[in-house]
Amino acid sequence: MEKKGLNKVDLIFENIEPKEVLIKAFKMSSTEIIQNMLDSGLKGRGGAGFPTGLKWKYTSAEKSPEKYIVCNADEGEPGTFKDREILDRVSVKVHGGMAIAGRAIGAKKGIVYLRGEYRYLLPKLMIELESFHKMIKEIGYEFDIEYRMGSGAYICGEESALFESIEGKRGEPRNKPPYPTVSGVFNKPTSINNVETLVTAMMIINHGAKNFIQYGTKDSRGSKVFSVSGDTPTPGIFELELGMTVRQFVNEFGDGDTKAVQVGGASGFCVPRKKFDETIIGFEGVPTGGSMKLFNSSRSMYNVLHNYLDFFTEESCGQCTPCRVGCQQLLLGIEKVKKSEVKSTYLTELMKLADTMKIAAKCGLGQSVGNAFKSIVGNFREEIIY
Amino acid sequence: MYQVGNLVKELSDKHGRMRESLMPILQGIVLKHNYLTDEAMVEVAKELDISAAEVYGTASFYTFLDTQVKGKYIIRVCKTITCSMKGKSDIIHTIEEMLKIKVGETTTDRQFSLIETNCIGWCHKAPAILINELPYTELTPEKVSEIIKDYMQK
Repeated sequence: MEKKGLNKVDLIFENIEPKEVLIKAFKMSSTEIIQNMLDSGLKGRGGAGFPTGLKWKYTSAEKSPEKYIVCNADEGEPGTFKDREILDRVSVKVHGGMAIAGRAIGAKKGIVYLRGEYRYLLPKLMIELESFHKMIKEIGYEFDIEYRMGSGAYICGEESALFESIEGKRGEPRNKPPYPTVSGVFNKPTSINNVETLVTAMMIINHGAKNFIQYGTKDSRGSKVFSVSGDTPTPGIFELELGMTVRQFVNEFGDGDTKAVQVGGASGFCVPRKKFDETIIGFEGVPTGGSMKLFNSSRSMYNVLHNYLDFFTEESCGQCTPCRVGCQQLLLGIEKVKKSEVKSTYLTELMKLADTMKIAAKCGLGQSVGNAFKSIVGNFREEIIY
Repeated sequence: MYQVGNLVKELSDKHGRMRESLMPILQGIVLKHNYLTDEAMVEVAKELDISAAEVYGTASFYTFLDTQVKGKYIIRVCKTITCSMKGKSDIIHTIEEMLKIKVGETTTDRQFSLIETNCIGWCHKAPAILINELPYTELTPEKVSEIIKDYMQK
């Protein structure tokens, strides 16, 4: 079936009776809830796209009297602002999703790690959390949620760095394995899920996995909230069915002069105009945590890349050499090429460095710097040199 | 400089004296005083019975836990790509003119500090800034000068 336009969906912000959904969920066994998630094909909405059902299954299988659900609300990826909107408008669904996840894995405790930049939301969230706790009690279920604040570190969105931060330490990523499902926060089995994932999970319980898989494609089920910004007449937050091409997206959101779309933020991929038709937004093409930035032909891709590298150089935790030094050298490298201090073939050396970082960096930050670097340099080489 | 007084004790009573209490305690001090003095960090170390180096090591990792003197109002201007494309430089220029300081500096009366920060999650309403924890979005030089004027009268 050929899809023409974009299918706008209303799932995340849809009005529901949260209490009814929770009663329905708590009547299910852990296995039933997990099976629902597996059937739905739901993949993590933070960007990495790990199947939620599997994550819950693994955590559920761990034998430990103490387990945790952690909600990753450290939304730091440039161009992403959907989690803020979700927490602002439907926090009850975030809290509800955590309780359902808790039921699935056998956790009685949830922690929301909220980025420091969103602290202004906290007073409102505290009031909403209190009514949520009251509601849970009325149902006769035991689940407790606590908020922990970040303090302005992008790296704390990486799951193990986030745990370190909750534990009161520097937000430096841990070695893996062990994975969080085995040893997460306070070294207990932990399921860490993105804000939107938890809301989607609650909506899957509400509507059933069968209804959910009617949206999207085989590899990217359902719908997702996109954060649209840059050169567009309609910036904002849009929930769209997965599986569209970049072309379809640009037709809807572009300003008529779109040169490139950065899918997935600074750690994502740059799609140039000539690849709009063939590139699918989703796990079969370019994955995204929701960040979609449009650039028109007035923009210098050198400036875009420079901005991203400057970002990574500052936000690298500095723990491993490939990332700490790699980010600095990529940034210095393109500056040198621009000033003609080195030959333009130096870019080839830098591409190799980006490849090395992908293999050698300890965590997702260092590993993904090469995504933006290679796709921008690869597609806009002239703009970097001249 | 400020006196920590009983604040560290109050915060420790509230958040506990475990290692995991460290971040909320430091955040609590910063909420009140905008930055951490050496004395404050030593006080926290004593209260939690950990080394002061651990406290400093943790604090210095996080950009919002400043260990340098900061003003009463910390203005953080987002410099990431969309804000940068949509006129962040004009916003900074306006603030610099008004407060007679450059990025990274604090006014002599310790009322304002001006710094640049990475993405604060308002790309669809760029350019955006934070003043302490409050976001201000879709700024123009005129709009930001009104906002700063309001703060100057506070």
